[in-house]
Amino acid sequence: MTGTVSAASGPSAAVEKGAAVTGLVPFGDAVSRYDPVIGLETHVELGTATKMFCGCPAVFGGDPNTHVCPVCLGLPGSLPVANRVAIEYTIRIGLALNCQIASWCRFARKNYFYPDMPKNFQISQYDEPLCVDGWLDVTIDDPGAEGGSRAIRVGIERVHLEEDTGKSLHVGGTTGRIHGADYSLVDYNRAGIPLVEIVTKPVDGTGELAPAAARAYVTELRDLLRSLEVSDVRMEEGSLRCDVNTSLSPRGSGVWGTRTETKNVNSLRSVERAVRHEIERQAAVLDSGERVVLQTRHFHEDTGTTTAGRGKEEAQDYRYFPEPDLLPIAPSSQWVDAIRAGLPELPAARRARLMGEWAVSAREFMDIRNAGAVDAVAATVAAGASAAEARKWWLNELVRRANEAGADVADLPISPAAVARVAELVKAGTLSDKLARQVIDGVLAGEGTPDEVVAARGLAVVSDEGALLTAVDAAIAANPDVAEKVRGGKIAAAGALVGAVMKATRGQADATRVRELILDRLRA
Amino acid sequence: MDSGIVRMSAADLAAGIAAGDLSAAEVTEAHLGRIEAVEDRVHSFLHVSAEQARRAAQAVDAQRAAGEPLGPLAGVPLALKDVFTTMDMPTTCGSAILDGWRPPYDATITRRLREAGVVLLGKTNMDEFAMGSSTENSAFGPSRNPWDLARVPGGSSGGSAAAVAGFEAPLGVGTDTGGSIRQPAAVCGLVGGKPTYGATSRYGLVAFASSLDTPGPLARTVLDAALLHEVMAGHDPRDSTSVDSPVPPVVAAARQADISGLTVGIVPELSGEGYQPGVLARFAEAVELLESLGAKLMEVSCPHFTYGLAAYYLIAPSECSSNLARFDAMRFGLRCGDDGTRSAEEVMSLTRESGFGAEVKRRIMLGTYALSSGYYDAYYGKAQQVRTLITRDFQAAFEQVDVLVSPTTPTTAFPIGERVDDPMAMYLADLCTIPANLSGNPALSVPCGLSPDDGLPVGLQIMAPVLADDRLYRVAAALEAALDRRRGYPLLDDAKGLA
Amino acid sequence: MPIAREDVAHLARLARLALADDELDHLAAQLDQIITAVARVQEVAADGIPPTSHSVPMQNVFRDDVTEPCLPAEAVLAAAPAAEQQRFRVPRILAEE
Ligand SMILES: [Zn+2]
Repeated sequence: MTGTVSAASGPSAAVEKGAAVTGLVPFGDAVSRYDPVIGLETHVELGTATKMFCGCPAVFGGDPNTHVCPVCLGLPGSLPVANRVAIEYTIRIGLALNCQIASWCRFARKNYFYPDMPKNFQISQYDEPLCVDGWLDVTIDDPGAEGGSRAIRVGIERVHLEEDTGKSLHVGGTTGRIHGADYSLVDYNRAGIPLVEIVTKPVDGTGELAPAAARAYVTELRDLLRSLEVSDVRMEEGSLRCDVNTSLSPRGSGVWGTRTETKNVNSLRSVERAVRHEIERQAAVLDSGERVVLQTRHFHEDTGTTTAGRGKEEAQDYRYFPEPDLLPIAPSSQWVDAIRAGLPELPAARRARLMGEWAVSAREFMDIRNAGAVDAVAATVAAGASAAEARKWWLNELVRRANEAGADVADLPISPAAVARVAELVKAGTLSDKLARQVIDGVLAGEGTPDEVVAARGLAVVSDEGALLTAVDAAIAANPDVAEKVRGGKIAAAGALVGAVMKATRGQADATRVRELILDRLRA
Repeated sequence: MDSGIVRMSAADLAAGIAAGDLSAAEVTEAHLGRIEAVEDRVHSFLHVSAEQARRAAQAVDAQRAAGEPLGPLAGVPLALKDVFTTMDMPTTCGSAILDGWRPPYDATITRRLREAGVVLLGKTNMDEFAMGSSTENSAFGPSRNPWDLARVPGGSSGGSAAAVAGFEAPLGVGTDTGGSIRQPAAVCGLVGGKPTYGATSRYGLVAFASSLDTPGPLARTVLDAALLHEVMAGHDPRDSTSVDSPVPPVVAAARQADISGLTVGIVPELSGEGYQPGVLARFAEAVELLESLGAKLMEVSCPHFTYGLAAYYLIAPSECSSNLARFDAMRFGLRCGDDGTRSAEEVMSLTRESGFGAEVKRRIMLGTYALSSGYYDAYYGKAQQVRTLITRDFQAAFEQVDVLVSPTTPTTAFPIGERVDDPMAMYLADLCTIPANLSGNPALSVPCGLSPDDGLPVGLQIMAPVLADDRLYRVAAALEAALDRRRGYPLLDDAKGLA
Repeated sequence: MPIAREDVAHLARLARLALADDELDHLAAQLDQIITAVARVQEVAADGIPPTSHSVPMQNVFRDDVTEPCLPAEAVLAAAPAAEQQRFRVPRILAEE
């Protein structure tokens, strides 16, 4: 017997040597000499009511081992039955990613032993995925490019359906990590939740933008999945998880290097950092004349670095074969057409539409998007504000407050309707910008609707001309020398009088109107 | 010693209970008594659940007393192969790795039997995880053949076969992956049926080879087997491979027992060299008898059947290597070597090493090999193609004939110990039965007399088109009636091992 | 092409079987014999013949996305060789995957 089975035994010497290089090449230097090639494998937990192959609820959390049955526990004798909606969601994703939908495909067993995998095989898809060969257009910030951004098309290799594993808690040792733990505790609530894997084709030619491209892809994919309503795509809860493949090719060589697969990359920022770190690390390995080793690496959020997984003694041999407990899937063209017809407006189309409706440039739109305020602005416009007003309040005011609070702008405790109402009050002259900011303070502080805050704090602009004129006359009488200067043509001196009126009205007057009244009086 | 009750057929017992001539309780007691009397010699059972059986029987009697309708087998005791999960009894599959495991759920077959009022006497012995043809691969010792206690009762459903042939139960349930119902039926002088694949649910049947495993009935008469078949069969939404079509009219066919005008095909590939002369002699006589009953005979070649054994011993071990991966000491069953320092990987390996028997390990290794990268196409892939060719052979044959027949096994029951460490010799026991598993066709073994060379039972196998299971019972019933008429008494009266 | 002892050892590791030395030797010989016998399938002229993985000619067998009752946690953990904090306690795990 020869071939893979015997040839793969024994640790590779290259593992030892490659691991010995620990330095990093500064990023700018690295990308000036090497072209990065990236690839992403994204796992998405579907938001179906039940698990992939049984009727247990597919929800996050729950008391340990309370969302399990003989099927998802892999008990002897149990059998899987595929969830129709999970298949429909996968086709939905495939269509939104411009993929071909297989007319006939099967599940396969991927065999390997691991305690969090109840059957010690994963029901997955191997050489017959449900969706293949699609693409997703993404836009990357590129200060050097015309319009400040650059569009790239990321090829999608495949979209397939599989089942999630259980979760282990590592006990003892130092940090709760797997290494050095004394033993582990396994909860199978997550086992069997439908998981869609989306694999890109290799993405090259992005140069120093490779980390940003990786991030932009995951962001775009996340928005797409959210719009499809197939997953809650929460990276912090693990319903969207990324593995990032990175390799370097000496600039101009056209020869792709060996890739590494970085796992455990669970935020948008981490996606970017992981690619950046791998570029810096691999450049150092190559600079020292060593080879990059094909391996799994783990990303560490705290340090922004990656470390090698355990050197595999033997190459994995998953012994895939068609899952005999499940029958083939052959989506009819009518079914696929019906799913296609039910697709919502996708984010890219929506963005193009909103850009037109709001009359903003690509750059301006990118600012709104980067601020995470697209939905908020759209909802504010829908609630009656003009696009300019909505943008102004969200981008100038609320983004700043979100940053101060360290929160996402969408998570601020103020509704788009409330923002629209504030804009309306300003437009009607009831509030000045300054007062409007105080109203927003009140709403964010939980004091109620904008109207309730205005009433409770007594914030409405004093618009009674008689009262204002009295205040103006009083200010002129109290500052005769200033009044004289204005009468003499030093219009700029009027500011002091405006300030006096505003002080007298506790800021509730419209400063512009006050100024007009003062100038009128002194001209007369 | 034995009351007359234990010699009665399931059909007569059910009729007696329904009519009030017998109580389910007394029927159950009679069989528990018989088990008590012979079990230490025959060792059919791994677990006898006397109390639960008594309660189930009382429930049937109460139901009858209340005037509620009874199922066709209400109150009839049954021996269930220990490969089906049962909430109120252990389920071991004849393996040390599952010793003491109590499943938290009932198999669909278990549930259907309970719902029909069948009284489960206990769980029967089997080759470990249904891998074997003799029950010698049971971790709990072999069962013995009621015809000759020094011989095997066949396998893997040997415990159920021994229980029915030993009058411990009128009915047994087995599973057939490569012949595991038909072969024990043949060597114990019983009727044993493998329904069309997918006609009987696999939910709760601990898998050996998922694409082949088929639950089916074991009984002393064709009608009893048909009655049990009808209770077991039917669509199950928990099994994706379950066939969603009406159960063929097997009971009516068993009662009809008329084969005039039927064309019977004889498969030359399932005969000849390596077959015991006495087996071939009885088979030939039975075929002549079928002709005398009005059947037309015809030889039909199925050229790819000769590759069936090789294909089977690639497909079944491949699937089993994956199906048995879950026995890993993490969630249930045995755990060995967990001293606080060893890793999960080491504990898994030590547990599997000590918890699995030699044959199971052999097949796991063989399957792991056949599926490994670089070998898949040459072994597993090729075997799946052979499977297509065998299926086509069946389809072509059934364009010419209504049923096919062959000997069920090349030999009669062999002595305990003879083939234990000679896997290839053991595998030959399934030579004739394997093709129907690979194609999914229904097949049944019916006794056709005793071999003149050793006085042991010989089985005749009938094979039918997919979902035409009723034809099996029609032919078997006709043959059974003719042979019983000629002999003048039931075949099993000649079984002297437990006399 | 006889199967070598180290190949059997590799298969045993893949299959998580801690085979003893004498068992390895014994199995190597038996596997070699069986593999030689089953290699007969390669004699069959099967070019262009589709493989059969299921003898049931059905497809698209699905379940509705409707929840069913789960097992009670006590029943789930009753069979566990070891349990702690309502979880299955397992020996230390070497590494992911
Ligand atoms: Zn479940």
